[in-house]
Amino acid sequence: MNDETLLEMRTGRAIPRVRIPRLSFEALRGAIVDAVAKGQRLIAFFGDARDSSEEVDVYAVLADGARALVRVGRATLESDRFPSLTPDCPPAHLFERELAEQYGISPVGHPWFKPVRFHGSYRRGHDAWGRAPGEPPVVGVTDFFRVEGEEVHEVAVGPVHAGVIEPGHFRFQCHGEQVFHLEISLGYQHRGLERTLSGGPNKRTLATMEAVAGDTSIGHATAYSCAVEALAGSRVPLRAEAIRGIALELERLANHTGDLGALAGDVGFLPTASYCGRIRGDFLNLTALLCGSRFGRGLVRPGGIRFDLDAERVGRFQDRLDAAYRDVAGAAALLWDSTSVQARFEGTGIVTADTALALGMVGPAARACGLEGDARQDFPSGIYRFAHVPVSTWSTGDVFARAYVRWLEIQRSVAFIKEQLRALPDGSILADVKALRPEHLVVSLVEGWRGEICHVAMTDATGCFSRYKIVDPSFHNWIGLAMALRDQQISDFPLCNKSFNLSYCGHDL
Amino acid sequence: MFSMIRERLRQGRRTIAYPSGDAPTLPDRFRGLPVLDESKCPDGCRSCAEVCPTDAIAWDEGSLRLDLGRCLFCTECLEACPEGAIRYSQDYRLATRKREDLVLRSGRELELARPLEDRLLRLFARSLKLRVVSAGGDASAEADLNVLGTVVFDLGRFGIQVVASPRHADGLVIVGPVTENMKLALRETYAAIPAPKIVIAVGTCAISGGVFRGNPEVNDGVGDLVPVDLYIPGSPPHPMTILDGLIRLLGRLVPGGATDSS
Repeated sequence: MNDETLLEMRTGRAIPRVRIPRLSFEALRGAIVDAVAKGQRLIAFFGDARDSSEEVDVYAVLADGARALVRVGRATLESDRFPSLTPDCPPAHLFERELAEQYGISPVGHPWFKPVRFHGSYRRGHDAWGRAPGEPPVVGVTDFFRVEGEEVHEVAVGPVHAGVIEPGHFRFQCHGEQVFHLEISLGYQHRGLERTLSGGPNKRTLATMEAVAGDTSIGHATAYSCAVEALAGSRVPLRAEAIRGIALELERLANHTGDLGALAGDVGFLPTASYCGRIRGDFLNLTALLCGSRFGRGLVRPGGIRFDLDAERVGRFQDRLDAAYRDVAGAAALLWDSTSVQARFEGTGIVTADTALALGMVGPAARACGLEGDARQDFPSGIYRFAHVPVSTWSTGDVFARAYVRWLEIQRSVAFIKEQLRALPDGSILADVKALRPEHLVVSLVEGWRGEICHVAMTDATGCFSRYKIVDPSFHNWIGLAMALRDQQISDFPLCNKSFNLSYCGHDL
Repeated sequence: MFSMIRERLRQGRRTIAYPSGDAPTLPDRFRGLPVLDESKCPDGCRSCAEVCPTDAIAWDEGSLRLDLGRCLFCTECLEACPEGAIRYSQDYRLATRKREDLVLRSGRELELARPLEDRLLRLFARSLKLRVVSAGGDASAEADLNVLGTVVFDLGRFGIQVVASPRHADGLVIVGPVTENMKLALRETYAAIPAPKIVIAVGTCAISGGVFRGNPEVNDGVGDLVPVDLYIPGSPPHPMTILDGLIRLLGRLVPGGATDSS
């Protein structure tokens, strides 16, 4: 596609903002709908405006995985209404609701228009739901989809629900055990994170990135660091890139292992549940061996990393990685060999490839439906430019597929880490980071363990962030969980939920 | 069946010996209790305080103080201090009973949590049911609370159990900076727990708001929303830090005793 409507650019490269074409909203809308129909993905769609501004700039970022390019365009909205893209482009559905909530602009014709995180508008005096200023929305109070009928009942769960788990609200429309529809309403974890990033980077920015989703600290810190490095024109030493890759794969290993255990636990298969609960910790402790923190806090920073691996530490690391891998292989094998487990995993919570594609799902949840997207392959950055991790897919789209893709990825992550440890590049681990270039934009993509992490950073005339947009993979995938529950038994919800294991805090920001 | 038994034998017993035996060895780069040595500070140097992301480090009345309730256990101050006046020790024991006890000063020991009052100890020392409410934050403290339920820590050994309903609970564990959107749910959950009850704030976010402090969408931690009986700092706290705090509160660790080695 060589049309001139959108600017083609590489991820991890900063471009002057002036080069981004400014289209009419109609033209931008048409370009997005067109591109998505041709197989590109909408990876970010967000607004930018000052508190008191009458106008809102709307930015769209599309990913063309086949050509390893992203395409960026923008339009200025002078009115508080715009024609919704969602009827023609379903992946825009949540982006539009977010845009409306943040900037008080309404997507006219949106089929399911309601708040996302239940906070006040960023622009004084503009509210998409006509609420008066100073009238804060009440979380969870909105119109829920209802199925009417004598034998239909509704089950409402959360925000405080069983277990040590983040808060969210789930509403099931049921006929007996059968779920007709599940609606998921979040926002309880909303802590105003994205907005505090404007004006940065400052001394809090990196710690904030590590807290976007605590189980993805390496993923978000890496995406942020890549964005800053691109804006500053810094080159990261190769050794740092390799260790970042190791840490990112360790994060994947820990979480995937924990998920296999949790899935086993949800079908009452205790051996794998208890082994994996522990082995997850072994992988977290490997991250701590590297940097002192089980969650990789303090490891990644703009310019490189803070902790190095000497030969002795590499040796210890390899031994413990081998031991943990042996244990997780044994624990996983029990899952696939056990017919009682397979009977519960197979055919449960199916999402078809068509649905996954139409909704713009990402990560292992999408790969379990047979979609091949993986940012490590499609948009390689850092060490992934030199070391390739094969994409793991399965075709059945059920709980089994989501579990099995994790197991495939565990094997490949271990192989990747071992390869890196065998041949760690020499050199320093941290480069200087100069001031950020003013009036630039960068798109940074990292394949976190849940899927594609997208950061878009824009600087103002002084080189500070004028807008920093974060799209956690969970933002794309919560709707996938809702679809997986259609026509399922409500008792399968915990199992389906675990098979996605999405982030509430990453979604709520 | 045989493969399951074989695997069970291979995986072996993995529960730590602590507290009757030694605590597990923590990684050498683990960042535990910070140690301040003000005598190393050059005159007028404020570099550590200037770089601290959460302003946990401050100078008041001419002396250096570090508020564990705000500390992210990052490495900014270490890198900023040319003299090594701040370093992290390997000591994972951080829990206190009072908020003000979390403020460290040069040459002063941390006042670790004392057990509950006798009346509550009689009720909870051998059976404590907890309801966890996640109220903002980044879900990492939740992850390391869940770890306590694994075979490694086996919280059940201490009679401590996480329950689904606040009505079945003896206490509330709070994580996260308490978002505006969770304030009501947190209050309601606290109210639903029958008295007498205890409250435990886990993680820097719950204690002070952590990295989200000052954001209008959050409440800067528990504050005075509900009375807190135990503060467990860390971002997130290591599972050993949480376990130490919990069993310390239940009088399972005698200060200065064999299992309380420094």
